[in-house]
Order: sequence, then structure tokens, then C-alpha cells
Amino acid sequence: MSAAPAPAGDRAGAVSSEEITAVPVRHPGRWVAGAVIALVVAIVVHSAVTNPRFGWSTVGDYLFSHRIIHGLLLTLLLTVVAMAIGIVLGVLIAVMRLSPNPLVSGFGGFYVWFLRGTPVLVQILFWFFISALYPTISIGIPFGGPEAFHFGANAVITPFVAAILALGLNEGAYMAEIVRAGILSVDEGQGEAAQSLGMTRLQTMRRIVLPQAMRVIVPPTGNETISMLKTTSLVSVVAYTELLYSAQLIYSVNYQQIPLLIVVSIWYLVVTTILSIGQYFLERRFGRGSSRTQRETLVQRVWRYAFPRHEGGMT
Amino acid sequence: MSTQPMVKAEGIHKRFGRLEVLRGIDLTVQAGEVTCLIGPSGSGKSTFLRCINHLEKIQAGRLWVDGELVGYRQQGDRLYELKESEVARKRAEIGMVFQHFNLFGHMTALQNVIEAPCLVKRAKRGEAITRATELLGRVGLAEKLHVYPSQLSGGQKQRVAIARALAMEPKLMLFDEPTSALDPELVGEVLDVIKGLAADGMTMLVVTHEMGFAREVADTVVFMDDGVVVESGPPEAVLGNPQHARTQDFLGKVLA
Repeated sequence: MSAAPAPAGDRAGAVSSEEITAVPVRHPGRWVAGAVIALVVAIVVHSAVTNPRFGWSTVGDYLFSHRIIHGLLLTLLLTVVAMAIGIVLGVLIAVMRLSPNPLVSGFGGFYVWFLRGTPVLVQILFWFFISALYPTISIGIPFGGPEAFHFGANAVITPFVAAILALGLNEGAYMAEIVRAGILSVDEGQGEAAQSLGMTRLQTMRRIVLPQAMRVIVPPTGNETISMLKTTSLVSVVAYTELLYSAQLIYSVNYQQIPLLIVVSIWYLVVTTILSIGQYFLERRFGRGSSRTQRETLVQRVWRYAFPRHEGGMT
Repeated sequence: MSTQPMVKAEGIHKRFGRLEVLRGIDLTVQAGEVTCLIGPSGSGKSTFLRCINHLEKIQAGRLWVDGELVGYRQQGDRLYELKESEVARKRAEIGMVFQHFNLFGHMTALQNVIEAPCLVKRAKRGEAITRATELLGRVGLAEKLHVYPSQLSGGQKQRVAIARALAMEPKLMLFDEPTSALDPELVGEVLDVIKGLAADGMTMLVVTHEMGFAREVADTVVFMDDGVVVESGPPEAVLGNPQHARTQDFLGKVLA
């Protein structure tokens, strides 16, 4: 620009337009690790193909069998209903825990403590055997008042009802913690601004706080749904013919345990994969209005490793 | 009746646990007046402002807005706490602007402004949008109706926040350090909007550190320190010729 000496600027001006062609750093460790992994995979695949006890033809026979598909549908039904109950209860219990009324918040705390503190398997069995505790269920005035209806608990608490109650109520406790964390993540000033505009606590929660809490609530809820899908297999203990129990019924007759467990695993993997993809799109939807970058999901990670863009590859 | 003050405070006390933040505040704001609250941080200015729309509960004293007791109803010599819905109804008549804007992050500028009129005042959506567009135009943001807060500058956010408060057609506006979180070059655009409101005759209480603004706009300047009003009066008197040593000391530091 002028006669003033600017050696650094001159040098930059001379070379900066050329693209850098440097010898890349070698990563021998990556090659060794890659080779070890490839070897292990080859061994496993080889054995899966050559070992006849995997019974791949049996897997093929049963993958789309009527009883397995029926079991899969019941598993999906259980997952959806239990998660629906869990989410509604979760919001309710979370709001209760944040209530200024100590009795209400205390109850919320007790609920979470009690249902998270006992195994789901125990809870499933408990609901299934509830008729031993309360042989009849009646609706009316409590403490010995007149009854409107009453029926036998055994007739009402079918394996399906026991499963739904146990899974849904248990999930409510976990969802309550997730929703509570979401609500607490919203800045207090949001609530104050809403209240200063004349909104009530309930309006503030519904219109201002919960929609913004969703960004924090959605990702773990996706995880909970995937987890729930697999937890429903515990319901096989009360003889409900979901996916696992349907397979167990089949192999108790034909003794093909391994092929049928492979069938079951394939279906769980398929549904889990579909749910993960759905979760990715849900997260994008609820990230609106925030400039923060989102955490990478499983699907995105797989995608990035499958199609690396320069920086991740082996050199 | 004709000279009923917009805000009247008598002996306001406020404690947070054992910390006494307000120790007997007496203050009157006439309708149509602009009052600036100044003083060192921790002197209780913001807390007092928040008491006026009952975001904070007072422990002693009486506070009236437009002749009505804040937060309570008096029958005989007993006070009854107001129900949540009654408190909310009174808050709807008082606009508040916060230091950190507190815009609703999941809503566009326009949605921020129409939310309360639609939800609280049951305004028709179309009318609310017309009015909100007009208000956002007035604060110079006609181009930003459909932009989310995260894409606005601090000064733009605060102007949306002012439009949001005005949309409820308040009879009193409270400003809690409206320019303290702004980059210096953005302070002016927000102060200009507030000056415009003052010119329109809006009754305002402004907690501020902008002495030039206070001198220009305020009808009354109130200097607070350590939870009490030390000195108050017209800006020329309080800012130009302070009588108390604490006021002189404070002004010496901020105007230096």
C-alpha cells in the first residue's frame, strides 16, 4: 500500500493464495487398532456363518411368523401406552414437586422415591398379584360408605392391565425427574416476565415455561422410549404374549431357543433404529429459536462415521 | 380524588431471610410523572420496583397503585391476601421491563407482543396483531416482526420487551435498569424509546445508572442507599446540588 516496511505482510501476500500441500501426520496406532477390530469381526462373522447351531434357516422361518408379529405388535402397544401414561404422569408429578404446597411437593417426592426405589420387575409382579391384597375393587364413598360398583380384582387386573400399570407408573417417576430438570432449566426471568404481564402460574407454565423446557425434555424422553421398548420384555413373567414371551412359547415346543432369540433381537433392533431416527427429527423440531448447537445423536454419529468428512478418516 | 397519586408507598420494609433490603421507604409518584431511582447497587432500588407489582411481598408498610392496595384487600383494620387471579389482574395494568429483557425465547418478536393480550385480556388475534405491529413499528422494529429473540441485538430485544409491556396498555411502567445489560453503543436507542414514552405522558418509574437520562427526562429523582430514600426532588436539585453527604459521594463517583 505504501512505502512503509512490512516484511510480514509481504511474505503473507506472496504465499497465502497457494493451497497447502503438506505431508500428513501418520497414525500407525489407528491402523493397528483397525486391523485388530477387522480380525475380531471376521472371526465372529465366520463363526456365525459356519456354526449350524445359529439356525439361520429357522430364523428366516420365524422372522415374519404370525405369532412373532402379533407379539411385536403387543410390544409396541405396551410401549406406546406405557410411555403415554408415563409422560402425562411425569408432567403432573414434576409440577407437583415444584408446588409451593409442602404436602403436594412432598407427595411428588415420595412418588419418585418409591417407584424408582423398587425394581420394575417387582412392580410388575406386584400389580399382577394385587388381587391377593385387594380381592375386590369398589367405587363409592371410602371408609365404609356405600358402594356404587364393585368387581373382582382378578377379572380387572389382566396381564395387560398389570403390565400397563406397572410400566406406566414406573415410567412416570423417571419422566417426572426429566420434566423437572427441563422446567428448572428455563430461566426464572421467563416466569417473572410472564407474571408481570398478568399471566397466572398455570398460564405461565403452559404457554411460557413448558414449551421452552421441551428442548431439554425431548432427548432423554427419546432414550426413555427406547429403553421402555426393551423393558416391556420383562412382562413375559406374567405370561403376557409380547414379543419375548411369544418366542418363548414357540421354543418351549420346538427347542430352537437360539434362533428364536435371534428373531426377537432383530425385531428389537429394527424398532430401536426407527425410534432413534424419529428422535433426531423431534430434537430438531424443538430446537427452534435457540442458536445452541445440539448434541449428536446415535444416528448422526453413525452417519458421520459412515461418510467421514476429512477430519475423521484414517491416514 | 383528582390528585390521587399513581404510586404511594408508606414505610415499606422488605427482608430476605435476615437481610433487611428495604428499611422504610416512603415515596409518591404522581400520574404522568417520570421518577428515576438512582443509588449504588444493593441499595434496594430493584427490590422496591419489584414490590410495586407484587413480584416481591413486603413485610411491613403499605403500597398503593392508583389508589388500590398492592397484594391485599383491606376490610376494617384487617388485611386479606389477594387471590392469585386478582394479583394477576392488577399486574396486567402495570408494565415491567427487565434488565435482562426476558423475552420469550420460543416466540418471534410479534408473538412475544401478542401473547399476553390474547391470553390475559382475551383480545382477538387479528386486532392484537394489528396493535403489536403498530407498537413494534413505534420502537423501530417494523422489519423484525418474525425474528426470534436469539437473532436480535440487546438493544432490539429491549425494544421488543418495551413493546410487549405496552401492548397491555398499562397505566404505569416500571423499568428495572433497562440499559445495564447493553453494549454502550446500544444504550441510546433504548433510552430514546423511553424518552418518547415520557413525552406521551406515561407514568414511569425507572431504576437507572444513566445520570444524563435522569437529568433530562425525570420529573423527580430519588436517591436510595442502604434500603432508605436519602434524598429526592427535581433532578436539578438532587443531581445538581445534592444536600446529603452520601448523595454527594455517590454522584462524585458515577459522574467522575
